[in-house]
Amino acid sequence: MKRIWMYLKPLKRRIALGTAVKVFGTVAELIIPFLLSYILDHVIVTNDVGTIVGYGVLMAVCAVAACVGNIVANRMAAKTTMLFSAEMRRELFSKTLRLSARSTDRFTIPSLESRITTDTYNVQNFIGMMQRMGIRAPILLLGGIAVTLLMDEKLALVMIATLPFIFAVVYGISRKGVPLYAQVQKSVDGMVRVVREDVQGIRVIKALSKEDYENARYDNANVALKKQETKAGTIMGIVNPVMTLLMNLGIVAVIAVSAYFVSTGQSSVATVIAFMQYFTLISMAMMSLSRMFVMYTKCAASAARIASVLDEEEELSLCKDDGNGDESFSIVFDHVSFSYLGVRDNLHDVSFSLQKGETLGIIGATGSGKSTILRLLMRLYDADGGTVRIHGRDVRSFTPEERTALFGVAFQNDFLYAASIEENIRFGREIAHDAIVKAAKIAQAHEFITAIPEGYEYEVSTGGTNLSGGQRQRLWIARAVAGDPDILILDDASSALDYKTDANLRAALVKELPDTTVVTVAQRVSSVKDCDLILVIDDGALIGCGTHEELLATCAEYREISESQMGGAFLE
Amino acid sequence: MSDKDKSSKKKKGVFRRLSKYVLQQWPLFLVAVLLTLVSNQLSLMGPRYSGAAIDAIETSGGVDFGAVFENVLWMIGCYVLSALLSYVLAVVMLRLSQRIIAKMRKQVFEKLMTLPISYFDTHATGDIISRLSYDVDTINSTLSHDLVQILTSLYTVIGSLVFMWQISKPMILIFVLTVPLSLLFTRYRSKKVRPLFSKRSKKYGELNGFAEEMLTGSRTISAYGRERVISSRFNGINDEAMDAYYKAEYNAALLFPTINLINNLSLTLVAILGGVLYMFSQNGTVLASSVFFITLGGVAQFVQYSRKFAGPINEFSNILHEIQSAFSAAERVFAVLDEEPEPTDAADAQELKTVKGDVHLREVTFGYTADKCVLDKVSVTAKKGQTVAIVGPTGAGKTTIIHLLMRFYDPQSGEITIDGIPSMRLRRADLRAAFNMVLQDTWLFGGTIFENIAYGREDATPDEVYEAARRAKIDDFIRSLPQGYDTVLSDDGVNISKGQKQLITIARAFLSEAPILILDEATSNVDSRTEIQIQNAMTALMENKTCFIIAHRLSTIQNADTILVVKDGAILEQGTHESLLRRGGLYHTLYHSQFH
Repeated sequence: MKRIWMYLKPLKRRIALGTAVKVFGTVAELIIPFLLSYILDHVIVTNDVGTIVGYGVLMAVCAVAACVGNIVANRMAAKTTMLFSAEMRRELFSKTLRLSARSTDRFTIPSLESRITTDTYNVQNFIGMMQRMGIRAPILLLGGIAVTLLMDEKLALVMIATLPFIFAVVYGISRKGVPLYAQVQKSVDGMVRVVREDVQGIRVIKALSKEDYENARYDNANVALKKQETKAGTIMGIVNPVMTLLMNLGIVAVIAVSAYFVSTGQSSVATVIAFMQYFTLISMAMMSLSRMFVMYTKCAASAARIASVLDEEEELSLCKDDGNGDESFSIVFDHVSFSYLGVRDNLHDVSFSLQKGETLGIIGATGSGKSTILRLLMRLYDADGGTVRIHGRDVRSFTPEERTALFGVAFQNDFLYAASIEENIRFGREIAHDAIVKAAKIAQAHEFITAIPEGYEYEVSTGGTNLSGGQRQRLWIARAVAGDPDILILDDASSALDYKTDANLRAALVKELPDTTVVTVAQRVSSVKDCDLILVIDDGALIGCGTHEELLATCAEYREISESQMGGAFLE
Repeated sequence: MSDKDKSSKKKKGVFRRLSKYVLQQWPLFLVAVLLTLVSNQLSLMGPRYSGAAIDAIETSGGVDFGAVFENVLWMIGCYVLSALLSYVLAVVMLRLSQRIIAKMRKQVFEKLMTLPISYFDTHATGDIISRLSYDVDTINSTLSHDLVQILTSLYTVIGSLVFMWQISKPMILIFVLTVPLSLLFTRYRSKKVRPLFSKRSKKYGELNGFAEEMLTGSRTISAYGRERVISSRFNGINDEAMDAYYKAEYNAALLFPTINLINNLSLTLVAILGGVLYMFSQNGTVLASSVFFITLGGVAQFVQYSRKFAGPINEFSNILHEIQSAFSAAERVFAVLDEEPEPTDAADAQELKTVKGDVHLREVTFGYTADKCVLDKVSVTAKKGQTVAIVGPTGAGKTTIIHLLMRFYDPQSGEITIDGIPSMRLRRADLRAAFNMVLQDTWLFGGTIFENIAYGREDATPDEVYEAARRAKIDDFIRSLPQGYDTVLSDDGVNISKGQKQLITIARAFLSEAPILILDEATSNVDSRTEIQIQNAMTALMENKTCFIIAHRLSTIQNADTILVVKDGAILEQGTHESLLRRGGLYHTLYHSQFH
C-alpha cells in the first residue's frame, strides 16, 4: 500500500483543499440536526413566529452550504482520483513494457493484464470512496467521542474501552483478508487466461467442436473465482456485525455503569439520554468505517499486486565492458551457455565470430535453440555462461537505448495491432512516408499494399486477422527494415512466403542494405545458403559452422537437410 | 422508433433482465428480505429496552437495579441476535450475488462459444475480457451492497410514512411537494448522467483492449525500444478513460448533495410549520379535534420520523451512481448475450453419420465484407480419397476456402456439398467432425501436453497419445521435459518452441479419424529434417482420406489429384501437375521460378 500512497503525494495540496471543503460541507450538514433539536427544545416554546422562521432560515442556509460544499468537494475528489489513477496506471503500464523477458514470463501476460486493469480499478475505487465518504465518518466519530467526553468522562471512557477490542478485531481480520483478496485476484488471472486462450484459438475449438469442453474448462476457472470471492466475503462480512456488536455492548455497559453512578449521585439520567443520542451518531460512523475497511482490504491486495510489478528489477543491470573484444567482428559468441528454466541447458557452449559486413544464417531442427541465440544476442535474456559481443563490446555494456538502436527484428510469430499498415510499419518511430514505402518495397510488401484500395492507410485489425499469413510476415520484415538497423534479424520471418518472393527479398536486402548485418534464422536451406557464415544448431549445441559449400563438405546434418530440400523443391 | 424511445426501452430492458437474475434466486432472495425485516425490527427493539433501562434508573424510589439488570440483559440479547442476523444476511447476500454473477459470466462465455468467427475477428480480446471482468464486477458490487440497502430503505420509508400520517396529516403535505421534486430531479439527472456512465464502461473496455493488444506484443516492443511511444499511446487512451470517469463522477456528484438539500429544506419546513402549528394549537386557534392540532411531543416525533424518512432517500441518491454504473456494465454484458450466434442448424438438418468424403464446391462466391469479394464463383470437386492442393500467392484466398469448408463463414452464393448433401443443411457439429485439420497458426491451451494432444479425441488411451506423439516425432522431446506429458504449457511461455507446438498439433491430428483432412501450411514451422521424418506418418494419415492441402513443398503438391492455382479470388488453373505444366500458365511459371 505504501508504494501506492506515493502517487497521492504530488496531489497533497489538492487533497488538503478538497478535504477542507468537505469538512466545511460536513460540518454545515451536521449543524442542521443540532439546530433542529434546539428549535424543538428552546425556540418553539417561545411562541414567536419570527424567531421560528429566523432559525428556519439559518437551517436553510446551512443546508445550502452543505449542498454546495459537498458538490464541490466530491467533484474535487473525482479530479484527484482521476489524476491519481491515471498516473498510477501510466507508470504501471510503462513499467510492464520495460520488464525483462524473464520477469514477463514469471508474471505471465494474463496476470499483468489484470493488474493493469481490474487491480487499478480496485485501488481507484477505494481512493475515490475514501475521499467521498472517508471524511464524514471520522468527523462524526471524533466529534461524538469529544462531546461525550465533555459531558461525562467516566461514562465516555466506558464506551471508549470497547475501541481496543474493535481495533483488534479489525486488525485480525485484515491480516486474513488481504491474502484472501490476493487469492481472488489470482483467480481473476486464471479466468482471464482461459478467455484469452479461447479467443485466440476459436478456430481450432470450432473445428473440433470442443465448445462444451471449453465451457467446462472455463467453468472451472469461474467456479474457482466464485469460491474465492465467497470465501473472502464470508470472512470480511464478520467485520461489520462484530464492530456494531462491540459498540452496542459498549452502550449496554454505559447504561449498567450509569445506573451505579446515578444511584451514587455522580451522574444524571439526562446525561445518559443525551449520551444515547451521540452514541447513535458514533455507531453510524463506525458502520461506514467498516465498509471502507472492507474496501481497503480489497484495495490493499490489489495494491500489493501492482507494487510487485512496479518494484520488479527493471532492466538487466548494466555491466562494464572488459575491453577484450575485437572491433572487427560484428557478432561474437564466446562459449555461451543458457537455460530458461535452469533444468537443462537450452544452449550449450556455443562459440562463433562474424566479421564486419558478413551475413549470418542459422539453421537447425525445431526447438534446437535457434531463437535462443537471437534472444541472447538482443539481450532479452542474459547468458548463464560465456560472453556475447556486438562490435567488440559485451552486450551487457550497452544501454537499452543503444541496444535497441542496433536492431531491426522480425520475430517468428510477431504481432500487428489495430492501426493502419503504415503505422504498423512505422511503429511509433520517426520515419518519413518515403522511407516506409522503401522498406515495404524491400520487404516485398509494396505490391500487395498498393493492390488494396486504401493502400498504406488500410486499417489492420487486432492481431492482423484481416491479412494473410504471408502478408503479415512481409509487414514484420518491412517494420524491421524501416529503422535502417545495424543488425537485421529475421527469425524464420519468411516461412509463409513463396519461394520466389523469398528470393526477391534476399536480393533486395543485399542490394538496398549493403551495410547491414543480416541474421537469418530459417528452416529452408535456400534462405540461408548465401550467408557468409551458417550455423547448424542441434539440441542447443553448435554442430556445424561455415559457408554453404564448407558445410556441405564437413557437416553431415547440413548435407542431409540440404539434399532433402533441394530434392523436394519448394513451390507455391 | 425514435432513438429516445429505444434508449428508454433499452434501460427498462436492462432493469427487467437484472431483476430476473435476482428473482431466479428467489429462495435466497426471500431469506434476504426476511432477514432484513427481522434485523431492522431488532435494531428498533434495542433502543426500547435501553429506554426501559433508563426509566428503571430514574424511579421515584432510586435506582431499580433489578429492572436495570433485566433490561440490560435483554439489550445484550437483542444486539447479539441482531449481529448474528446481520452476519447471516451478509453471507446470504454474498452467495446470492456470487451465484448471479458466476451465472452471468458463464452465460457470457457460453455465448461466446456459439458466436461466429467473424465476431472474434472484429472484437478486441481485451474488450471481451473487460466485459467478463470489470463489467461483471461492477454489477456484483451493486448486487451485494446496494440491494440490501434499497430493501432496508423501502422498509424504513414506508414505515416512517405510516407513523407521520398518524401524527399529522397537514405536515405530510410538505413531503407531497418535496418528494416528487426529488424524484423528478433524480430522473432528470440520471437521464443526463447515464450516457456518461455507458461511455465510461466503453472506455474501460478500450483501455483493456489496448493493454491486451500491446502486452501480446511486448517482446517486439522491447526489441524495438518502443516502450515510450506505446506508453504514450496508452496514456492517451488512459487519459480518455479517466476523463470519462471524471465526467461521469463530476456530473453524478451533483445529485446526492442536491437531494440532501431538498431533504434538509423539507426538514426546515417541517420545523417551521410544526412550530407554527404547535403555537396555534397552544393558543387555541386550532382545536384539539382538528387535523391541524399538534402537541410538542408530536412535533418532536414527526421531526424524528421525517429524518428517518429522508435518510434512505439520501442514501439512495448516494448509491444511485453505483447503480448507474452497474446498469451501463449490465448493458455491455447483455450486448454479448444478445449477439447473433452462428445460425442454428436448420430444423430439418441432416445427421451425418458415416461420411464418405466427396466434397464439392459449386460456384461459390464469398467476401468477408460485402464490398470486397475474396472468392468469385469457385467450383472444385474432390472425390473420396483424392488430394486437392491449393497453390497461389499469399492473400489469394486459399485459407478462405478452408474457412468456407469448415463453415466458419457461409458463402454469399453457391453451395458446398459433402457426399452430395449441401453443407448448409447438415448439423454443424457433424460437419466439423468430418474434418481433421492442422493449421499454420498453432494453438495450444494452458493444459498439460497430454491434454493438448488428446484434445481432438477425449476417449484416446494414453498409449494412443504416446503413439501419436511418436509418429509426430515429438515424443522424445516431451519425455525429456522434467514433467514429461504432464508438463503444463504456459501461455506465451518459453518452455516450448513454435515448431514443437506445431508438432503437438500434428500429433493431435494423428489421433483423429475424420474422413476429410485439411493441412494449411501444416509443417511451415517444422524444420525440414523433422518434416521428412514425419512424412511417412503424414502420408499414412492422408491415405483413403479426402485432403485439402495448402503447402510449399512440391513433392506434396506434385502427387495431388487436383491442383488449384488461385489468384485474386478466382481459380486460374486447375488440373494435375503434368497437365498444368503442359499448359504453361502461372503454375508453370511458379514451378520454374525455383530454378531461377
